Amino acid sequence: MRVNVTVNGEQRQADDVWEGESLLYVLRERLGLPGSKNACEQGECGSCTVYLDDVPVCSCLVAAGQAQDREVRTVEGLAEGDALDPVQEAFVEAGAVQCGFCTPGLVVAAHDLVNRVPDPSDPEIREALAGNLCRCTGYEKILDAVRLAARKKSAQQKSAR
Amino acid sequence: MSLTPAELTSSVSGGIGSSPQRPDGNLKVRGEYAYASDLWHEDMIWGATLRSPHPYAKILSIDLTEALKVPGVYAVLTHQDVPGRNLYGLEHKDQPVLAEDVVRYQGEPVALVGADHPETALRAMKRIKVEYEVLTPVVDMETAIDDTPLHPGGNLVRHVPIRRGDVSAKADVVVTGRYEVGMQDQAFLGPESGLAVPAEDGGVDLYIATQWLHVDQKQIASALGMPLPKVRLTLSGVGGAFGGREDLSMQVHACLLALHTGKPTKMVYNREESFYGHVHRHPAVLYYEHGADHTGKLVYVKAKIYLDGGAYASSTSAVVANAATLGIGPYEVHNLSIDAWGVYTNNPPCGAMRGFGAVQAAFAYESQMDKLAEALGMDPVDVRIMNAMTEGTLMPTGQVVDSAAPVAQLLKLVKDKPLPPPSGSVGSAGSAGVDLRNLPGGVSNTTHGEGVVRGVGYAVGIKNICFSEGYDDYSTARVRLQVINGEPAALAHTAACEVGQGLVTIMQQIVRSELGVERVTILPMDTSIGNGGSTSASRQTYVTGGAVRAACLAVKDKLAKLAAGRSTTDLVELLGDQVIDETVEWRHRATEPLDPVTGQGNAHVQYGFAAHRAVVDVDIELGVVKVVELDCAQDVGKALNPQAVIGQIQGGSAQGLGLAVMEEIQTAGGKVRNPSFTDYLIPTVLDMPPMSIDVLELADPNAPYGVRGVGEPPTISSTPAIVAAIRNATGLALTRVPVRPEHITNT
Repeated sequence: MRVNVTVNGEQRQADDVWEGESLLYVLRERLGLPGSKNACEQGECGSCTVYLDDVPVCSCLVAAGQAQDREVRTVEGLAEGDALDPVQEAFVEAGAVQCGFCTPGLVVAAHDLVNRVPDPSDPEIREALAGNLCRCTGYEKILDAVRLAARKKSAQQKSAR
Repeated sequence: MSLTPAELTSSVSGGIGSSPQRPDGNLKVRGEYAYASDLWHEDMIWGATLRSPHPYAKILSIDLTEALKVPGVYAVLTHQDVPGRNLYGLEHKDQPVLAEDVVRYQGEPVALVGADHPETALRAMKRIKVEYEVLTPVVDMETAIDDTPLHPGGNLVRHVPIRRGDVSAKADVVVTGRYEVGMQDQAFLGPESGLAVPAEDGGVDLYIATQWLHVDQKQIASALGMPLPKVRLTLSGVGGAFGGREDLSMQVHACLLALHTGKPTKMVYNREESFYGHVHRHPAVLYYEHGADHTGKLVYVKAKIYLDGGAYASSTSAVVANAATLGIGPYEVHNLSIDAWGVYTNNPPCGAMRGFGAVQAAFAYESQMDKLAEALGMDPVDVRIMNAMTEGTLMPTGQVVDSAAPVAQLLKLVKDKPLPPPSGSVGSAGSAGVDLRNLPGGVSNTTHGEGVVRGVGYAVGIKNICFSEGYDDYSTARVRLQVINGEPAALAHTAACEVGQGLVTIMQQIVRSELGVERVTILPMDTSIGNGGSTSASRQTYVTGGAVRAACLAVKDKLAKLAAGRSTTDLVELLGDQVIDETVEWRHRATEPLDPVTGQGNAHVQYGFAAHRAVVDVDIELGVVKVVELDCAQDVGKALNPQAVIGQIQGGSAQGLGLAVMEEIQTAGGKVRNPSFTDYLIPTVLDMPPMSIDVLELADPNAPYGVRGVGEPPTISSTPAIVAAIRNATGLALTRVPVRPEHITNT
């Protein structure tokens, strides 16, 4: 089948898609966007998290056909050119990245959180990121990164005003 | 005027002791870092592996006919297609690339399919017909040695005895215990994967996620029947390792398919296959007897330790040696009788995982120390401090600990930290009553504080750093210095694997500090340079760091020659068009084998120590545990990158928490019951508590910059500290990890 989907603001088309293929597979193998990761492919680890019409989803659990005529935003669509998104900057600065395999999913999940909640409390951060597994960091520096990202975001908004 | 090398280099930012950003950080947060599973090649095909459904069976026949008929299939291969030696292994060559007449564990690879789509490969795989004669599996590690022999030499992989002093010495207080450690999985997030590309010279180029390129290369070349230079490996992005990538997984399989079909071949395991596709942490049964005098001073320790190696040896030999030589923990005891056995069974193969051998022993000896404290009516920290080893202590092997061993200090540091507020405190949500997210069971809303009991526990551990027992453990580094675009620039090249820990950052930092050059490029890690050794045993900063430093010193010597008779110290002027390029092999001090009868010998290079204090809340009605706080103190010798050191301690402690309360590969009759992230649980951000961490920097004079390996020690003491806290809360004996709810509720 053919799938038409807007990915990171661009109209994309994938041909010869099997009915059983996931949105994750189509992004990674057919549209050249391997940023979203395939760590469990059953919705447990969150490494494949993308925005589907502005809502974070595990793209491994979305059938490719369900993305027809919808908007997808992946980790590759967060930075503007060379300028990282404040969430991405914060992950690097806080040391929240080790092997980095969980990072794309966590960055998208954290991006969603700081956009919804300007100054999230620690329990709010923990709850929002509970669906994203990380095996390297023990999460403490990921919490640091989200707190830092929230500060960066609010500083950015203040200077924009 | 001639200048010394030190005067030739200026100080630049981002050197050792600071925490510069990782060179791969930006790519990783942008999703542009190429992990092995992201690789793509024009015209590539996909490989799939047919695995045995039985833990132990004879293979009577394999019929490929139907599989070969599936459109899109390029090849279906069996052991008959392995051109070289169909046996490989890290320490013992006992594992077939593809099974021949017998399978020894559930998940053992039997056949391979190469096809145009991963789904085609899977469908064809299901059409391969294998006829098995199912045999009764050997699954009990304690009786395996006398059971059906699974390998030609029987079921004993290795026995390490340690005998010192007189264990019949009189003790006032004796405590005994039997302890069990379940099978833990590394559960790295990036699944096993790689891309094999057939080359024009008849060889193969493999892009792979691994922990040790050169040992892979050797094993692959042997299986392919090719000379080493025809098998070239390049490290691709590695999504975590923790020991699980020391053994081969799909390396030979992808090369076989690529060479057979002439097409680039990609293999990626899914999570379920990953559970079958790599070794796990050895489950263990440990029997201990500690004797002490009435003051609490240890008089003797006797131990018998059984480690289940599963179907193939992997690194069992080294695991057994660690369990024995580190078997009494970081304590000084003169009368010892320790035996550790590693055995073959038909359980999943076990090998390396962070802290191997030391993790299993630590759960037992730290449980014993608590038991001893209770028998004596002493404080558990006091009894540990009274027996703590120091610099100068004799190890069970008779080796003198010849650098800092601040065991007592680490314990005091964690003990003196303020305790968290009592359970049921109002969380930051600020609503009336308690914040569910701070309680056992969390937002499952299983308690509002009723039935919740607080407990505090302590533990300390010891780990050998680097490879032991006379192994020629070294790394190779090449450093180049030249002027590029009017600026001095350096390049560093090794074959040492970056698996996420941040070796690439450390290498840059060392070059910056040694050469005073800010621009440092790290070349991709590959087999075009000499062996970098394994990314394991907490050894890369020590050994490859040492090699990079030595290569920098060689570059500085050349630079000093260039500077002879010249007055300038400016690198750009001195170098001009010259390129200085030095390659150095660097070794840590030599070690010795253990005496096979007494277990005596200077077998280890260095020891690392960490201590933890755990605070837990336990819902005693449901058996649910919430770790409230997990504090750690560790000596790292010298923190080359403080942020990365803290990251290792936090991550290592989290894996210890996993083993304490949730992580276990459960087997029944040799079959894995929970090969998924739905059923094998690893800690989430809700499970991991805040950590307060103290880092000591007591330099080891034998190590480059004084460093002490960091990665493994925090995994070792985390588990027993948490279990001690649960015991403290519940009064239960808890002799097995992971502690399950039913162990607490007795239901």
